[in-house]
Amino acid sequence: MLSAIEIEKITHELQQVPVKKAACIEALKIVQQERRWISDESVADIAVILEMSTAEVDSVATFYNLIFRQPVGRHVILLCDSISCYVMGYTGLRQRLNEILLIGYGQTTPDERFTLLPNACLGTCDHAPALMIDDDLYRDIQPGDLEQILEKYH
Amino acid sequence: MERPLTQHIPDNGAALHLREYEAVGGYTALRKALRDMEPAQVSTLIKDANLKGRGGAGFATGVKWSFVPMNVPGPKYLIANADEMEPGTFKDRWLLEGNPHQLLEGMILAAYAIQATDAFVFLRWAYKDAAREMRRAIADAYTAGYLGKNILGSAFSLEMQLHTGVGRYMCGEETALLNSLEGKRATPRAKPPFPQVSGLFGKPTIVNNVETLCWISHIVNNGEAWFKSLSYTADGGTKIYGVSGRVNKPGAWELPMGITMRELLEEHAGGMRNGYRFRGALPGGASTDFLTDAHLDVKMDFAGVAAAGSRLGTGTMVVLDDHTCPVGFVHNLEHFFAQESCGFCTPCREGLPWTEKILWSLENGTGEPADLELLERHTRLLGPGNTFCALAPGAMEPLQSALKYFREDFEQHIKEKKCPYAHHQH
Repeated sequence: MLSAIEIEKITHELQQVPVKKAACIEALKIVQQERRWISDESVADIAVILEMSTAEVDSVATFYNLIFRQPVGRHVILLCDSISCYVMGYTGLRQRLNEILLIGYGQTTPDERFTLLPNACLGTCDHAPALMIDDDLYRDIQPGDLEQILEKYH
Repeated sequence: MERPLTQHIPDNGAALHLREYEAVGGYTALRKALRDMEPAQVSTLIKDANLKGRGGAGFATGVKWSFVPMNVPGPKYLIANADEMEPGTFKDRWLLEGNPHQLLEGMILAAYAIQATDAFVFLRWAYKDAAREMRRAIADAYTAGYLGKNILGSAFSLEMQLHTGVGRYMCGEETALLNSLEGKRATPRAKPPFPQVSGLFGKPTIVNNVETLCWISHIVNNGEAWFKSLSYTADGGTKIYGVSGRVNKPGAWELPMGITMRELLEEHAGGMRNGYRFRGALPGGASTDFLTDAHLDVKMDFAGVAAAGSRLGTGTMVVLDDHTCPVGFVHNLEHFFAQESCGFCTPCREGLPWTEKILWSLENGTGEPADLELLERHTRLLGPGNTFCALAPGAMEPLQSALKYFREDFEQHIKEKKCPYAHHQH
């Protein structure tokens, strides 16, 4: 079931668009912000409020890279794996993250602290390699910097 | 050397806020246009200046605007494409974070020219600072009367919204962007009808790149002759060029359109890092053909780069050095394109993962001589005219040129049954 806050926010979005379906991405963003990810139940709940089929909502939810259809940890690490970061050695960061967190891409630490995901170009190529943790961008990082960075997130 | 787009952006990374923007002449172009110019005069001015789109395709902006039907009732839309996601590209971020009102003023002027009723900034999710600055700038512009009903007391009204995306390269393609803004999957639409006639929610719509829109106020203020005089070549204006990779000073610079690749690399990017040699570069993002050291004197404008067999694209160069495997480099690109294909048309959905797998087999030592022919066949079958949009043809540009310029590397992988580069990174 959607919470009162989620319903209020989605209702607000519905006032901005000419047809209800057009609020689909915004609705997914709203629910994900509250729950970290989009469950099957959330897909069905959003479908009801937007008068869409669950399949239609899911087709949108599964299309976008940053809508999570599986549970994620409290913090999501998005490691840039695109070309400038490849040249500048993002794979060293990947290895170090694997060593520290004992997880690979798409996995979450058992304490639900971190989920590690690869991500396409973060648009900061003159400071490669780069990664984001939640809303924070880290640039020009070396594998040795990672432990200290991760300590900021609980 | 004039740097109209970036001269007022503070060096410390802070944004220029409304009062500071006004203090350096901000919104004078909007006042001038609303007072002295008909919408058609703004369009004509941009057409005469021959401003070409800075998003990658290089289409003439004024010509694009001229396809919008005027004198039709109902909503019309103006959209800033700020979904910068071409790998190796980081130019619009600078403009968005540093001078948000320059973009807004350009958007309001563009909206006036096509008589749009609503405007959207379609911003990439990853640009958190830009989102914060754009949100503030839009609110400040409303308060100051530059947005909303009867802008600056004129008959022109415009509403503006910020939309932050949820991540998909396809959203940069303008018809896919429209689908995404309608809450749908970002798959491209058939053209015709073109968005200028039937775009967002079926209404006339213009989608322009951020850097393109940032030019409008300057051209309105200073005229077409001034715009053309900024450039070294026939394509007017300055361009934001960037360089990433193993150079001494990676970065972005606003420079006259048409500087040479050599000048960009050596004078601005500081040359190659000690111990690294230049082998080639993608001149304008992931979906452009490689240029090599034989092309260092190529002028970096639309015609110059095209004559050398590539495209200016976004003008942000990714450098391939001699310690980086060209096969691995292209594998990384094809992995990106395969992942970001929307899956709507078969050649792209099936062909891109296939090229990715072949390149991976070369990298892990299981490649065969016939693989090169197979890769070449893909560059033809996924080329222009065979797919629904430009994603797959763009993906084939670095591959076809790598096969041409770095063929010995491909052959060496097959012959030695391994990647010969020490740092073999994936």
